[in-house]
Amino acid sequence: MKPAPFRYADPSTLDEALAVLSDEGAGAKVLAGGQSLLPLLSMRLAAPTTLVDINRVPGLDSIEVTGDGVTVGALVRHNALLAHEGAAGVQPLLARATANVAHPAIRNRGTTVGSIAHADPSGEMTSVLALTDGTVSVAGPGGVETVGWRDFFVGPLETSVSGPAVVTAASFPALPARSGTAFAEVARRKGDYAVCGAGVVVTLDADRRVERVLASYVSVGIVPEVHDLTEAVAGKPVDTADWAAAGELARTLVEPDTDIHASADYRRLLVGVLTERTLRDAAAEAAERAA
Amino acid sequence: MTTKLFGEPVRRREDARLIVGKGRYLDDIGHQALAAAFVRSPHAHARITDIDVEPALDVEGLIAIYTYDDLTGPMAEPLPVLIPHPQLTEPRTNYPLARDVVRHVGEAVVMVIATDRYVAEDAAERILVSYEELPVVVGVDAAVEAKAAVHDDVPDNVAARHRQETGDVEPVLAASPHTLSFTQYIERSASMPMEGKGVHAKWDADDRSLRVYTSTQASTSVRAAVAAKLDLSLDRVEVIAPDVGGGFGVKIVHPWPEELLIPMAAIALQAEVKWAEDRREHFISSAHERQQRQDITVGYDDEGRITALDVHVLHDNGAYTPYGIIVPIITATQLVGPYVIPVYRVQVDSVYTNTVIVTPYRGAGRPQACYAMERTMDRIADELGLDRAVVRERNLIQPDQFPYDHQLTFQDGRPVIYDSGDYPGLVDKLKALVGWDEASRLRDDAAARGKHLGIGMALYVEGTGPGPYEGGHVQVLGSGKVLVSTGLTSQGQGHETAFAQIVASELGVPIEDVEVTTGDTRRFGYAVGTFASRAAVMSGNAIALAARGVREKALRIAADVLEVDVADLEIDEGLVQVKGVPGSSIPLRTVAVLSNPLRYAFDEAAKQATQFTTHDDSKPPVAEGDAPGLEHRDYYSPLRSTFASGAHAAIVEIDPATWEIEIVKYAVVHDCGNVVNPMIVEGQVQGGVAQGVGGALYERMVYDSDGQLTNASYMDFLMPYSSEVPDVVIDHQTTPSPLNPLGIKGAGEAGVIPGTAAIASAIEDAVGRRITSMPISPTELYDLVRNPDSEKTAVAAGRAGTGVMA
Amino acid sequence: MTSVDTDRTITLTVNGVPREATVPVRRLLSDALRHDLGLTGTHVGCEHGVCGACTVLVDGDPVRSCLLLAVQVDGHQVTTVEGLARDDHQGGQVLHPVQEAFRECHALQCGFCTPGFLTTIAAGLEKRDNAAELTEDEVDDMVGGNLCRCTGYANIKKAVHHANAAMRDGAR
Repeated sequence: MKPAPFRYADPSTLDEALAVLSDEGAGAKVLAGGQSLLPLLSMRLAAPTTLVDINRVPGLDSIEVTGDGVTVGALVRHNALLAHEGAAGVQPLLARATANVAHPAIRNRGTTVGSIAHADPSGEMTSVLALTDGTVSVAGPGGVETVGWRDFFVGPLETSVSGPAVVTAASFPALPARSGTAFAEVARRKGDYAVCGAGVVVTLDADRRVERVLASYVSVGIVPEVHDLTEAVAGKPVDTADWAAAGELARTLVEPDTDIHASADYRRLLVGVLTERTLRDAAAEAAERAA
Repeated sequence: MTTKLFGEPVRRREDARLIVGKGRYLDDIGHQALAAAFVRSPHAHARITDIDVEPALDVEGLIAIYTYDDLTGPMAEPLPVLIPHPQLTEPRTNYPLARDVVRHVGEAVVMVIATDRYVAEDAAERILVSYEELPVVVGVDAAVEAKAAVHDDVPDNVAARHRQETGDVEPVLAASPHTLSFTQYIERSASMPMEGKGVHAKWDADDRSLRVYTSTQASTSVRAAVAAKLDLSLDRVEVIAPDVGGGFGVKIVHPWPEELLIPMAAIALQAEVKWAEDRREHFISSAHERQQRQDITVGYDDEGRITALDVHVLHDNGAYTPYGIIVPIITATQLVGPYVIPVYRVQVDSVYTNTVIVTPYRGAGRPQACYAMERTMDRIADELGLDRAVVRERNLIQPDQFPYDHQLTFQDGRPVIYDSGDYPGLVDKLKALVGWDEASRLRDDAAARGKHLGIGMALYVEGTGPGPYEGGHVQVLGSGKVLVSTGLTSQGQGHETAFAQIVASELGVPIEDVEVTTGDTRRFGYAVGTFASRAAVMSGNAIALAARGVREKALRIAADVLEVDVADLEIDEGLVQVKGVPGSSIPLRTVAVLSNPLRYAFDEAAKQATQFTTHDDSKPPVAEGDAPGLEHRDYYSPLRSTFASGAHAAIVEIDPATWEIEIVKYAVVHDCGNVVNPMIVEGQVQGGVAQGVGGALYERMVYDSDGQLTNASYMDFLMPYSSEVPDVVIDHQTTPSPLNPLGIKGAGEAGVIPGTAAIASAIEDAVGRRITSMPISPTELYDLVRNPDSEKTAVAAGRAGTGVMA
Repeated sequence: MTSVDTDRTITLTVNGVPREATVPVRRLLSDALRHDLGLTGTHVGCEHGVCGACTVLVDGDPVRSCLLLAVQVDGHQVTTVEGLARDDHQGGQVLHPVQEAFRECHALQCGFCTPGFLTTIAAGLEKRDNAAELTEDEVDDMVGGNLCRCTGYANIKKAVHHANAAMRDGAR
């Protein structure tokens, strides 16, 4: 299990990185954290002609927090985001989901943006980007383009990025007012890819009634999706809303697959259970924030 | 007085190097060596129609490519059937490199040698092997259906029908007040040591000798195999097991094709050659174990006492049978456990499938045997409405029944006669340790928290320390250092420490002076290997006997020098002294010097032994029948195996929303006779339990119907992390073995044996549905509980509220 | 202009010692440490980042050396298991408390996974205030990402507590 030969460049600016990607053609691949890419290389399931390592490009390792949201640079490691209190304050889902990403040693190297660019439907952060209605910044020869998550995720392990381009950041809008979030997953072993994960956002109106309920799932479906569960609990007072009904609704909306770790039916069961459980927590948080 | 180290939790001596990164594992040897990589079959069953190596030839750094056609002499013959047996009527083994037909994914087809492993993989990737695919057989049921044959000349796919019976089972069953029959399955797992296999070979052309390092559990036998297969004289071959990163059975198989091919290449290329197996190779080309289908019929009386037991097992042996039918025999003979089974009949049909070979993995057929017997006990209890512990207690062999002869023949060809034990004692301790009688309160508590709680227990008896023999050599040097060697190998069991404890205790020397070498044929040429919980029993006793021989000689020489009677001497802290006469003594190291009469004084100490300093003209310098040197070699060859025992209990909690299974308590009572080092024994038990939990809830080899192993990575083969292993509480019982001088029984495999059975029982207790297939995962448990046809237990049906799912 | 290479000469500091190596760019850090720099204490158990046996510290943080290319650590600090003990300036070594604890608690058997545990736990314990009570969650974080097939982990967890206590009492 050793990688096939490739060429390697570690440009020191974004422009150089784009130039190398352009020169090296379609076989070139960007290397950031590498925690998903390196196993694929060693198993020879991927064989890029060139790796363009962006780890020496300055300016990509920052977490920018404003009242509107959190922008995470391409070289921000999972653990840096996990530990960032400012980011968690503006969008609590970031830390809550990141805590479920693999194990600490992987989080020390793996990047949030890299896992989004990897577009693995088993990835926590792809789901969070969707749930928060986030965007990614894609730098190409023509400049930096902002791409919404719906346009970005095309298929499993497939994004809309083509040609020489580097995903330089992901932006997660702030948690809206009177809202709460929660994230939970069931994995076979702690730190494994989830059998099923759920992230939710509950938003209340000024009367502490449920205004909006959104959910997104991990390891369910081939691309991240956001499901609007509002109808199950719309207008209900937060304390008496039937979260189980929202869970039931969620079960009818998802189309999970069967794999060696779980049947589609079991995943559907978990969607219901995790939805209900996370909604209770998110609702409690929303109520607290609405007070 | 020297502290008697036998029985003490002495800290391990091997750790000194292992915790600083100075261990020497296989891939740490020979950095300049050429590297091997293999082209392995991507198909489970196929005929090789062509091998085109041309595209690989221009890979820079390529040294050589070997296919079957390059093998000559004994190398072109099939690999040996290591353990022949009259009932293994259709043994089949593969060739070192596939000839014509491949029979499992991962079978080696081409060997590539290159300057390093990266380059070797580059070349291997370019070699084009053409295949004509053949029908694939996966699973024991498909094997016996025999719509396709794994081997053309074995159309029914049956390698062996192993039968044993202790009487005429059918009339007894017919006359039994009750009988019940059921079928259950257990899946494949694997040893999966953290270090894969590996071989390093170096040919010394001037000396015409071959040195092979291999990550093996049996270096002496690898040596013999290499010599035989490569047409070398045994004295030209030395085989050394360096530090080995875990074995658990998979490294007892030998010679692995690579153990022959790498030395062959080293000789042919006159170069150092190395192969370090990678994890994917380990999954698809090393051994697995455990898959069986068990059809069980039991007769019993109103009290739950078994009258007769009739078991038919289908055992998946994979594509070949190099290790014979050892696993089937162990399942057949260990199934009876700690119980009186008045009449017992067992047949194990060992069947071929297009999957990786099946050879012992820690427990080696015992976990399956325990699963069969213990789940039978659970069924009887359920049918009669009795406590599961009570049914077990009523069937136990009693302490006054030893030696207890089961009228069966064990894996060593010897009778299954239990030497000693106290099985009721085990159950008593286990019930207290786990809180068996409080289970119903715990169940209510858990129910109040919305969880289903269940408890289960499983008992086992484990034949350990099978022969034929091991040897030990103990030598005291003039420096006072005591060199100890034994031929069997070590994979983390702490042999350097345990054997040093034995020698220090037997000889009366400080443990710091004792150095132990294992698994090095340069030091000890006769050995069997490390498997079947036998190292402490076999080599431990052999080394003890060797140390006693040294002690006897030392006392004899010292008695001469000190002019006293041998009976008046003792050895303490390396000093031979006259009892009760302080100052009247001679250091053991001086005795060692004197034991070797010399002409030449090569150092200061040696002067004492030269010919003008020793004076007794009446005797020859070396007495008749004596030999120079303070050393002794001895062997321990047991009449039969010794039988350790134990009992485990698990308490599980199940979340009825997600069907996740948590083991909230795991209790072990363990009896392996006298213990050399309790710290090490406890470590073995802890590690075994983790593997038992893995086998019960997480690990399985998932073959699809095409014979592809779909989870051949640590990502998808779910070996437990610490987060999946429960805390384990352990209690001990000691019934020494009367069979060997030290009174010890083996401990290496014990921890893993009852896990599947105990956990299955606990889950069944929690959910009230019959568990008939293990391991079980949450998704399968969900399927089980929502299936209206799945069988409810009688206990659950009678239990209000919790446990029974609609 | 950025150079695009198939081989690179890299300079890194390993266990405090500046080292240089010329490696193919595809060389995994684990292989470079073991075979180019002769530091065989770092073990390779899976080469897909799951087992943790190859864990080393890069700039103080535990990372899988099988999931890094050697060229990526050019200019960085790497600590392997060989670098955990300190020189006693008398020709010997003072073991790291976690090394002592592993021996004391019988936290290793075959020893193959041990280097990855040692580096990870050493980094974890050094980052915390050892006087603060060590929680089981913290222990799980330090132990939970590495596979061991021998020990069942109980003694490894015990060793983490043991080492923390020693560090609290001034062992390092």
